Formats: sequence, C-alpha cells, structure tokens
Amino acid sequence: MIRIDSVTKRYPDGTVAVDRLSLEIPDRSITVLVGPSGCGKTTTLRMINRMVEPSEGSILLDGVDIQAQPVNTLRRSMGYVIQNAGLFQHRTIIDNIATVPRLLGWSKERSRARAAELMERVGLDSSLARRYPYQLSGGQQQRVGVARALAADPPVLLMDEPFSAVDPVVRKGLQDELLRIQEELGKTIVFVTHDIDEAIKLGTMVAVMRTGGKLAQFAPPAELLSAPADDFVEDFLGTDRGIRRLSFFPSGALKLESGPVVPVDADAKKLAARGSADVPYLLVTDLDGKPLGWGAPQDLTAGEIAVGQLLPYGRPFVHGKDSLRAALDGAVLSPTGWSVGVDGTGRVVGVVSQAVIAEAIRNAHAEGRTDDEAKAVR
Amino acid sequence: MSGFFDIPSDLQHSYLGLIGLHLREALIPVLVGLLVSLPIAQLCVRFRWLYPPVLGVTTVLYAVPSLAFFVFLIDYTGQSETTVMIPLAVYSLVVLVPAIVDGVRSVPPETLAAATAMGLGAVRRYFQVQLPIAVPAIIAGLRVATVSSISLVSIGMLIGNQGALGNLLNDANIYHRPELAVNAVLTMAALAILADAALVLVRRVLTPWMPRKGAAR
Ligand SMILES: Nc1ncnc2c1ncn2[C@@H]1O[C@H](COP(=O)(O)OP(=O)(O)O)[C@@H](O)[C@H]1O
Ligand SMILES: [Mg+2]
Repeated sequence: MIRIDSVTKRYPDGTVAVDRLSLEIPDRSITVLVGPSGCGKTTTLRMINRMVEPSEGSILLDGVDIQAQPVNTLRRSMGYVIQNAGLFQHRTIIDNIATVPRLLGWSKERSRARAAELMERVGLDSSLARRYPYQLSGGQQQRVGVARALAADPPVLLMDEPFSAVDPVVRKGLQDELLRIQEELGKTIVFVTHDIDEAIKLGTMVAVMRTGGKLAQFAPPAELLSAPADDFVEDFLGTDRGIRRLSFFPSGALKLESGPVVPVDADAKKLAARGSADVPYLLVTDLDGKPLGWGAPQDLTAGEIAVGQLLPYGRPFVHGKDSLRAALDGAVLSPTGWSVGVDGTGRVVGVVSQAVIAEAIRNAHAEGRTDDEAKAVR
Repeated sequence: MSGFFDIPSDLQHSYLGLIGLHLREALIPVLVGLLVSLPIAQLCVRFRWLYPPVLGVTTVLYAVPSLAFFVFLIDYTGQSETTVMIPLAVYSLVVLVPAIVDGVRSVPPETLAAATAMGLGAVRRYFQVQLPIAVPAIIAGLRVATVSSISLVSIGMLIGNQGALGNLLNDANIYHRPELAVNAVLTMAALAILADAALVLVRRVLTPWMPRKGAAR
C-alpha cells in the first residue's frame, strides 16, 4: 500500500501545488487522481517516485518511508507512463521496452525476450520490434510506453495522463486494454487524468482534487456519482451523472421477455400466437437468432416479412455483462421504446420495455440508498 | 597546364603529402574542439546562466585574428603545425558549443522525464539519452566547423610554410605560377566537399532512428 501522509509541496517560487494531502492507495487496484489542470496531480504522482520531493509530510510504501532506499532503486521498482509516451526516439521499440531490465543488469538476450513477451501482452505485433518510435502511430507508441513501464514487473505503476493525447477511439481501446492487463497482472496503479469519464471508467478508487492541491473527495466511482461531497465535485462530474451512474447497476437482474421474439421464417400460427393483445411490437430475428428489427403484429405476414420495412432496434445490450445504462440506451434509441438483450455472441435472449428498465433502476436506487444509510449509521 | 601538380621543392611535400598534411591540420583542431565543447556545452545546459557568457567568450575568441594568435603562440610552440592548429581549435568552439547545447536541449522534456523515472542517473541520462539524440545537431555543427577549418588552414603559410595547401598560394606569388593558386583553391574545395559528404554519411549511420523523407511508415 502507498500511504501519502499529509504531504505539502511548495515550489521554490512559492506555488503551493499540493496542500496537506493524505491518501491511502490500496494494493492491486487502480486509484485515479482526477481534477482540473494545475490542481497538483502530476506533482503528487511525481512525489511517489521522488522526481519531486515533498516540502512537508511523508510517503510510505508498504509501511516504509520511500526515502529509505536509494532513489534509482525506488524508481526502477515503479513503472512510469506519461502523455506522448516519452519514448527514446533513438532506440528501437524492443530496446525501449528492455531499458529497465538492462539497467537492472539482465543480459541482453533475457531483456529482449522479456520485451518481446510484453509487446504481445500489450497487443503490439512482433514485426514492430525493430522499428523506431517515429514509425509508430500515437496509440502504438503509448502501448510501447505501457510495455516499457511493465518490463521489469514492478509492483507499482504510475501513469500521468497516458491516454490524453490520442483520439477518442484509440483512447477507448487503450483503456480497455489497461483494464484487461490489470485483471491479469494486478498491479498497484496510480493513474492521473483530467477526464472524469476516464476516472470513472478505470478507477477502483477516485481521488478528486481541486485547484490548490487539496483533496475534494476520495471514493469509489459509484459513490462519487451518487453522493458528491460538495458543489465542486458535483460540478466536476458534469450534468448527466444520474445516467452515468447507471453504468454501475448490472443488467443481469432485468427480466427479459422472449415472447415477442419471432424468427423471420415464422409461420402464420406462430405469428398469431406471439402477437397477443398486450404486445405492441414483435422483434424479428434472422435464422441465427440475431435481431433484424421490430414490427407491429398486424403488419407482419408469414413468409412475407419485409426486413427493410422493420423499425430499428437501437443498440442491443449484452444481458448480464452490460449495465442498466446500456439497456436504457437501447430502449431510448428504438422508436418502440423496447431494448434488445443479447448473449455474448449477439443472439437475442429477450426484450425489455422502458417501463421495466425504469423499475429496475428504482430498485437499484433503493438498494443503493440502504447501502448509503448503512454507512451513515456506521 | 604543365606543372599544375609540380609542387615547388621548398614545400618539402608531394601533392598528396600536402593533402595529408592539410587534412591533419584541419581535422585535428575540429576533433579537439569537439572534445572541449562537449563538457563546456554540458555545463551550459546544466547551469543556464553560464550559456550567454560562454557564447560571448567564444565569439570574442573567434574575432581574434589568427595572426594575433600566431604572434602570441610562437614563443611557446614555435613555427609549428601546433601553432596553426590551436587557433583553429579555438575558432571551432563558436560553432560547436551552440550546436551541442541546442542538440542536448532538443531532447523532449518528456523523454528526459521518462529516463529519470526509469532510474537513469545523470551520467547514464547524458550518455544514453541526451548525447545520442543530440547527434544530428552535433554533426550539423561539425560540418560547418570542418569546412571552415579546411579553408582556414591556409593562413599557416604566414608562419613559414605551415599552411599545407595554402602554401601553394604563397608560392604562386613568389614563383609567378598562378596555376598553383588555382590548384590550391580547387583542391581545398574538393576536400571540403568530401569531408562534408563523409560527415553526412556518418550521421546517416549513427541515426537510423531519424525520419527520412519518403521513407515508408
Ligand atoms: N517546477 C515547478 N515550479 C513551480 N511551479 C510548478 C512547478 N511544477 C508545477 N508547478 C505549479 O504547481 C501547480 C500544480 O502543477 P501540476 O502538479 O503539474 O498540476 P496538474 O498535473 O494537476 O496539471 C500548478 O500551478 C503549476 O503551475
Ligand atoms: Mg499534469
């Protein structure tokens, strides 16, 4: 565990970048520092590997002051990833990744073998090994940066806005990749960002900082969304925090109806049976069970279903894996007001109406409230 | 043009011998200048306030006429090659120090931060990161210094035929053989072009990591 104990950083020009900050960063999980530009995130991160020395207070790593060991030994036990990757432009990809193992005295072969292994882990093709950084895209360079930080298998990973400079699609890929890698490796990650959505997506714990280097709130993301500590945090979270909070409610509890689902080759009897009075629309699937679109029962004629005429089904959600937010999104996207639940392979499991989703949300809130009350009592 | 390559015997060298001598007198000072510039430049990078005064000093030294250097040095090093080469080495500083400082400063701050964060100490950072990345800028400086040194060697003729190919200019005058002057100028030009091309080649070899125009991604 990394323990930041009422740390203050005053730069020589008098700027107080961090002000009596205390944080307990749990092991083997991602802790995000988030806040507006200039609020002291980078300074905080750099105090953990002593690129910046605190003016007051102390930082303990597993109970031992980080001042206790030689600074370069400490740094080699902490991977560091930054915006624009900061790759060594004069070294090949594989040699960039092998930097810390080489510093630790590993042989050239062993270091390169390890680097090759990491390239695979972060999703880089081995054909890139002998390339130079300028020959890679921004997203690929960032992957190299992550691989380089992981090379000597450090227990701690410090990441300073690592994905801020790449475009949103690439960024999402990198975030997903980080979560996947983290699931495999279980590092203690301190991740800095100014993007609250990124913080909520990646963080097990999120520390919101405000200008002047003060901690505004330290909480799991769901709690941040449901109970922001003050106006600053609430503002920083943005306007649709209610909708975003739905991301933390699983869709598994939704009861899906399979009644209004018919295959495109359904016969007249089946159509008649499924199109009972209380179902306004039927979802037509292809022969594989994948959704094609919605139609009103009276408009569907056996053997002559015109796929092009069907109403759009929005965006299906993966039942049990996606959240209530995805389920609601699907329902809002379709003019029918119904959402389509699918399994991992995209085959329809069942459908659910806005009304049912709304009820599930109310139930989730009710459970959430009892949680919060329980905490207040404790 | 008979006698184009007939070198007067007072020079005590064949044509090729003069070329060898010329290269030696031109290149050794650049090399020495480089070795002196590297630590000076590093100090200037480390202590920013040092850079302007250092630049001022190198500029003033560059403005000292070589003849003045010769007058001063001749008491110590006599009418020798060394007396020619010392001012040339001093002159090279005016180009090399800023070239190296700019090169080292061109290392992106995030690259340096990454190096520090990975636990590279100051020495490793200098030799493994800053210096290699400064190579293109350093070689650009070396090209200017080398070409100017090749032409400046000629003034060595002022102290008793220590100007290598430059001595031919003097002899052209004494013996009324203008073709010797033409020879000297053309040969020096050719040497300058070849030395420059060699440095470009060295840069290519040392920096496979630089983006090339037209290179495929
Ligand atoms: N080396 C420095 N000297 C003086 N002030 C600095 C220095 N580094 C950062 N600061 C100031 O400290 C504050 C926090 O900076 P920083 O930690 O980089 O914030 P963030 O990473 O959250 O954008 C800012 O006001 C910044 O201008
Ligand atoms: Mg920052």
